[in-house]
Order: sequence, then structure tokens, then C-alpha cells
Amino acid sequence: MSAFLQYLFSGLTVGAVYAIVAIGFTLIYAASDVVNFAQGEFVMLGGMLSVFFLGLGLPLAGAAALAVVITIVVGVLLQKLAIEQARAASPVTLIIITLGASNVLRGVASLVFDKQFHSLPAFSGSNPIAVGGATILPQSLWVLGGSIAMFVGLWLFLDKTLTGKALRASAANRFAAQLVGVNIGFILVLAFGLSAGLGAIAGILVAPITLTRYDVGALLALKGFSAAIFGGLGNPVGAVIGGLVLGVIEALAAGYVTSVYKDGVAFVALIAVLLFMPNGLLGSKTVDRV
Amino acid sequence: MSTDELQGPARRALNRDVIAAVALPVLIAVLPLVVSSNYVTRVLALVWIMALAAVGLHILMGLAGQISLGHAGFFGIGAYACAVLPTRYGVPPLVAVLVGIAASGVIAYVVGRPILRLRGHYLAIATLGFSLLIALVITSEVALTGGPDGTDVKRLVIGDTRLTKPIAWYWIGGGLLVVGNAIAVALRVSPTGRALRGILDSETAAASLGVDVALRKVQAFVIAAVYASVAGSALALMNGFVTPDVANFQTSVEFVAMVVIGGASTPIGAILGAALLTLLPQLLASFHDYQEIAIGLIIMLAMIYLPRGLGPSFGRLVGGLVARRTR
Repeated sequence: MSAFLQYLFSGLTVGAVYAIVAIGFTLIYAASDVVNFAQGEFVMLGGMLSVFFLGLGLPLAGAAALAVVITIVVGVLLQKLAIEQARAASPVTLIIITLGASNVLRGVASLVFDKQFHSLPAFSGSNPIAVGGATILPQSLWVLGGSIAMFVGLWLFLDKTLTGKALRASAANRFAAQLVGVNIGFILVLAFGLSAGLGAIAGILVAPITLTRYDVGALLALKGFSAAIFGGLGNPVGAVIGGLVLGVIEALAAGYVTSVYKDGVAFVALIAVLLFMPNGLLGSKTVDRV
Repeated sequence: MSTDELQGPARRALNRDVIAAVALPVLIAVLPLVVSSNYVTRVLALVWIMALAAVGLHILMGLAGQISLGHAGFFGIGAYACAVLPTRYGVPPLVAVLVGIAASGVIAYVVGRPILRLRGHYLAIATLGFSLLIALVITSEVALTGGPDGTDVKRLVIGDTRLTKPIAWYWIGGGLLVVGNAIAVALRVSPTGRALRGILDSETAAASLGVDVALRKVQAFVIAAVYASVAGSALALMNGFVTPDVANFQTSVEFVAMVVIGGASTPIGAILGAALLTLLPQLLASFHDYQEIAIGLIIMLAMIYLPRGLGPSFGRLVGGLVARRTR
């Protein structure tokens, strides 16, 4: 039982990061129909930039804040310089642009930083806390708490503010939103900036536990995308559930079955879910018009 | 079959592809006359091999309109069939190639049957998940595959000659590409090709006209897998060495980029895309640290400024010239 609890804790910690990446996918997809595979690079940038600024002598909070701001700028630039330029392109073309962007970001990161693994100091010590026979790192609580804060903040933003409602409106029907005066250009920038910022924060929170390197983004993007699909692409609640479920499945598989194939188990589970629910857990059914 | 029933753009597209199918062997035959360096010959052989895999993916993406982010999975199966079977089990290399083809085809059928029911992004992630599994097996089964460090591949011996020279692989790769391209062009006007193009236009409409959509998609998936497997085998046998990189996500991305950069609607586009994405990194080889940035930038710029791809632009030019002559 305590082993199970232990796997559950580590699964939820990793799953929270997947969930945030998945939310990033969902936000951008809802606002623009773009599946942004550079999403994982935002997480990488958050962690690596913090390490970089910390190395320059900045305090942790300052380094983290600067890292988030820069990552947001990168996200906005990606939208302005690449996605917006190819507005009329097909979805596949847009996916490939973001894949190219993720290559570029990874390449730049390997040059500006280096190719080593880095860690950030844990925010409040690293003495494990005992819970029901298992232990949990204080940093895991930071990850979980930070994620919950981000989910709640995002929900309040989308549900209670006019800008958030405008974002949801343009996700539901871009043309109609435009007709009632929503500035679509701004909404797109907002979606990319927000996704980048959330990803960067996740990257900073998790860096003390999982370490970070210039190339951690690719796998995170795949996992996050899986989580978003798992929950039903375009549905933020689905993204959170998808991320947590994926993280827990992975941790349980690694603990009880095989650590070598833990990534594989997650994908098999994903494919199995898709076969029975082709639109994910909470996705809406699509109907084809002739 | 007769092509008389094709009209307008379809007819021009076919003309363009037929011209390309004739021009390609001429180009492949002439290039060695101007190229003498072993290095360049090897790079060109690599282009033909990558192009073969890309033409296969074009059949799935351009004809059937289905995206696969897992093409490298089959490329890896072909490569590792040639690496593992001859060294570990004493299977002759050519038989290993056939085993690779059979394995890829069967796996594509078994996996494709359920996942091709999925659409768009859901299909993309399913193909991706599948190829990650292949890559994971290759990296993890160290005893069999040599793990992350890769493994040696027994050279192909024909008669008394051990095929190691770049020029030998230039001709093998070029020959395979000519055949592969011709099959892709022929497939386009075959009943299967017409059914696939119907699916591309509208799945529902095609189904209501009696096209067995599921079967046709799986057909395209299997054909694409076989192309990738043959190309993977050729690459392994040419290099005499393979690493798990052949099956990784980045390789799948580059295949998709080749097809789309070239213009998904024509096999010649896939070949152009493969040439671009294979040659440019070689040109930049001395700036190794910048290679990843360069590949990313090429992909981004090509997609932003040539969203329809190099192939159609190039094809329109050639097709237009010919149409003017024959009018």
C-alpha cells in the first residue's frame, strides 16, 4: 500500500506537469486550431533560463520571474513571426511549422546554455515528508500546489474576465466572435503568451526534481499532447484529467511492471483509450459534412 | 488502364508526374558523369534512399490524406531487420530485407486496421505512439539491437563483391527510387489511387459511393510502411552501421517535413523535399552546432513562404511549358 501511495505521489507530480503542457496545447488549439508542438520547449526554457540567470548571480525568485517573462516573449514571437505569417496554411503545415520552431529553440538552447543536465535548488529544502507510509518531497508539493493555483487562476480568467470570455468565444466560433468585436489578433497572442508562461512556470517548479536539459522539451511535448488528446483535444478540464491520469499510469507501470517501458505503457494506454473513445475522454463528437 | 477519363487539373498533374518519372532516371544516370567525389556520391545515395521513404509517406499523406508522425518506426524496422537478423541469426542480408518488408507490412496492417479509424490529430498521436514503441524496443533490447550505441550491419555481398563503395549504393538507391516513384505514379491512376483521392476529397462522400474507406486507408498505410522499410534496410546496408536515431521522432518529423515541403500532392515533391532536407544539413556539416537550428529554420521558412510546397510550384512550371508545346 505504501508503495502504491509512493507511485501515486510521483505520478501526480509528473502528471501535473503533463497537465500544464496539455493545457497549453488546449489553449492554443482552442484559440487558433494550431497544435503547437513547441509547447514542450516552453517548459525547457523556463527551467534552463532560470538555471542560467541563477548562474549569473540573480536570486531564485528573480531568475524565475525573468525566465517566465522571456519565455512569454518567445511564445508571442512564435505566434507573430511564424504562425501568423502562415495564417492560410493547412493544419498539417502549421503543425510542421511548430515542429520546426521546436528544433530551432532546442538548437539555440544547446548553444546559449550547454548540453548538460542542470538542476535548480529545491524551493523549501529537500527533507522528505512522511505521508501514510510513503514520502513526498516538499518540491512535489510546490509542483502540485503551483499547478492547482495555475488551473484555478486560468479557470477564473476564462470564466470571470471579459478577456477570458473573449478567448472562449473565439474558440467556439472565431467568425462570430469577430463580428461582435473580439480582437482575434490579440486573442491569438494572448493564447500563445499564456501557454508559454504556464509552461515556463511548470518547467521551473519541476526542475529541482526531474532536472532539465536543452532537449527535455520534445518528450514533454509528446506527453502533453497525449494528455490533451487523452482528455479530448480542446477541453481544458479534459487536459488536466488526461495529464494526471497519464502521469499516474506511467508511475504505476514503472513501479509494478517495467521501468524500461514506462513511456510505452503510457502510449499503449493512450491508443487503447482512443480506440474505444475516438475523441478522447471529454472530447466532443465531430460530424463530417459533405 | 486508360487515362482518358482524367481531365483538367488531374490530367495536368498526371502529365507532370509522368514527365518527372521519366526525368528522374535520366537525372540519376547523368549525375555520376559530373560527380566524381566519393563523398558527394554517398550523399546523393543518401538522398535517393531518404526520398524513397518520403515517396512512401507521400502515398499515405498526399493520396489518402492521412498524416503519420510514425513513419520512422517502419524505417527503423527495415534498418534493424538488416542489422539484427544477419549478425545474430545468420540470415542472409537480402532475406533480412524481405523479412523487414514482411514485418513492416504485417505490423502496419495490424496496427493500421484499428488506428486508421481515428481522424486528424488523433491519428497523428496514435501513429506517433506506435513509432515511439518501436524506438523504445530498439533502444531497450540491448542484447539484440546494441541499444543506444547502435550496432554493426553485415555488408551485402553479391557474387564476390562486398558492396561498400558509395557508387554501388548510388545505383542501388537510385534504382529503388526510380521503381518506387514509378509505382507511386501508377498507383495514382489505379482504382486504389482513385479511391484514395476520393477519401482525400471527402471521406463521407467516398464511403457513400461504395469506397471501402477503412480498407483503402490500411492499404495506403501498408504500402507506405513497405517503402519506409526498404529505405531503412538500404540505409543500414549502405552505412554498415545503425543507431536508434533511424526510428526516433525527429526522423519521423523530417519525413513529414520532406513530403510537405516538397508538396504532398506529388511524389516528385517528396523527392525534392528529401533532397533539400538531406543536402542542406550536409552542406552545413562543418557547422555541426548550428545544424538543428538550420533544419528547424528551413522547415519553418519553407512552410511559411511555400505552403503548397516546392513540387507543385516546380511542377506547374514544367507542366505549363509542356502544355503550351502540345497545344
